[in-house]
Amino acid sequence: MLLEIKTSATSTAVDYFPIVIQFVFAAGFVATTMFVTHILGPHLKTKKKLKAFESGIKSVGNARQPFAIKYFLTAILFVLFDVEVIFLYPWAVNFLDLGMGGIITMGLFMVLLLIGFFYIIKSGALDWE
Amino acid sequence: MVTLAQVLPAIILIVVIFALTMLVALYSTFAERKVAAFIQDRVGPNRAGPGGIFQPLADGVKFFMKEEVIPVLSNKFLFILGPSIAITASLMTGVVVPWGPDITLFGKTYPLQIVDIEIGILYVFAVVSVGIYGIMIGGWASNNKFSLMGAIRASSQVISYELSMGLAIIALIMVTGTLSLREIVEQQHGWHWNILYQPVGFILFLVCAFAEANRTPFDLPECETELVGGYHTEYSSMKLGFYLFAEYINMFISSAIMSTLYFGGYNYPGMDAVNEFVGPVIGPLIGFAVLFAKTCFFIFFFMWVRWTIPRFRYDQLMNLGWKGLIPLGILNLIATGAAVLYFK
Repeated sequence: MLLEIKTSATSTAVDYFPIVIQFVFAAGFVATTMFVTHILGPHLKTKKKLKAFESGIKSVGNARQPFAIKYFLTAILFVLFDVEVIFLYPWAVNFLDLGMGGIITMGLFMVLLLIGFFYIIKSGALDWE
Repeated sequence: MVTLAQVLPAIILIVVIFALTMLVALYSTFAERKVAAFIQDRVGPNRAGPGGIFQPLADGVKFFMKEEVIPVLSNKFLFILGPSIAITASLMTGVVVPWGPDITLFGKTYPLQIVDIEIGILYVFAVVSVGIYGIMIGGWASNNKFSLMGAIRASSQVISYELSMGLAIIALIMVTGTLSLREIVEQQHGWHWNILYQPVGFILFLVCAFAEANRTPFDLPECETELVGGYHTEYSSMKLGFYLFAEYINMFISSAIMSTLYFGGYNYPGMDAVNEFVGPVIGPLIGFAVLFAKTCFFIFFFMWVRWTIPRFRYDQLMNLGWKGLIPLGILNLIATGAAVLYFK
């Protein structure tokens, strides 16, 4: 019930066909432009030009080195919260039809979620120095 | 099966919208420099053509004619794939925007929308999220420290602000009861614009749109003072052009989506009287012009903010996203729910 999306007309696969046309169009444009610029521009490659740019000094080591764990934590938290936001979409569409029962159910869900949210803030997972 | 007659209107519209998007993106670069010049009391580009009007064309030719440099240590395939994904994703979002009311030509009615799918908003979200892969792949493939840092910052920022954007949209959906952009616009007939019901939601959406498009004050991914050029440090020629173009197209599309969701799209007060007066061909075109004017205003607003507000620090950016906007979004959600129940 909660996961049914109510609309006046149901889309079929054929309705999505213009999206395919648009994609072919866009991808064709990108591929053509890439190819043409590859042909047109000059090709004067030197050893120093092809090095990674590091503000004019000699580049040190490999660029693919470890970076702050905070970014990883942010990504994990994003996945958790985004799933929750996706759950809210069908509920919001059917908001009026579900009435009080829907509010209470979703309220419970939100409270649990907010407890988790306060926990991650308190534990300092979102603190950046 | 799909016949040619069925898809021909869609194909024509796709070509027109594509040309329009490209033109707007080209001239946004010009407009940005002119707006910056105006705000900083300068003249701006004025050499190519009268008042510098051909400057974007000159820039375009330059992008084509420059040498493309692919660093030896980079991953060549991913290096080319990155900007391609970024611009393809940004070109895909305009499909679901209703650009105008149905137009009647030669006795037949055509919609001024390439495809009307019932999950319009979700489609926009999905495609915009793909765009970040372009930045991440390009930044990683460059094998440059600046690029990698820029790409990580960009993806981290975009996913953080996507949450609050989703919350803002959910509050809007509670008011409208549909995900289809066409239906949302039709509900805002005349002056019943959603901004009247969702002012806080609009502010949330606006701030997140700035962050999603990597625009100042959230342009940490390409922060010149720390990261040279950010994720596109190693890029040159048209590949750099694609990244910059993708940013301007995203700006154009998000302005159009903002006008559609909150400012009535092609609706304007007194539209019924005007439509009756000018007929079923000119009427929709006026509607399109109205939407375009609103979009242009938001593009100008993007530029205005860029040359007025300084850039945030990274911890401020993350704090605003997680500790400011998400709680505000949830509060807005609760308030909207209570209001909708009370009034309907």
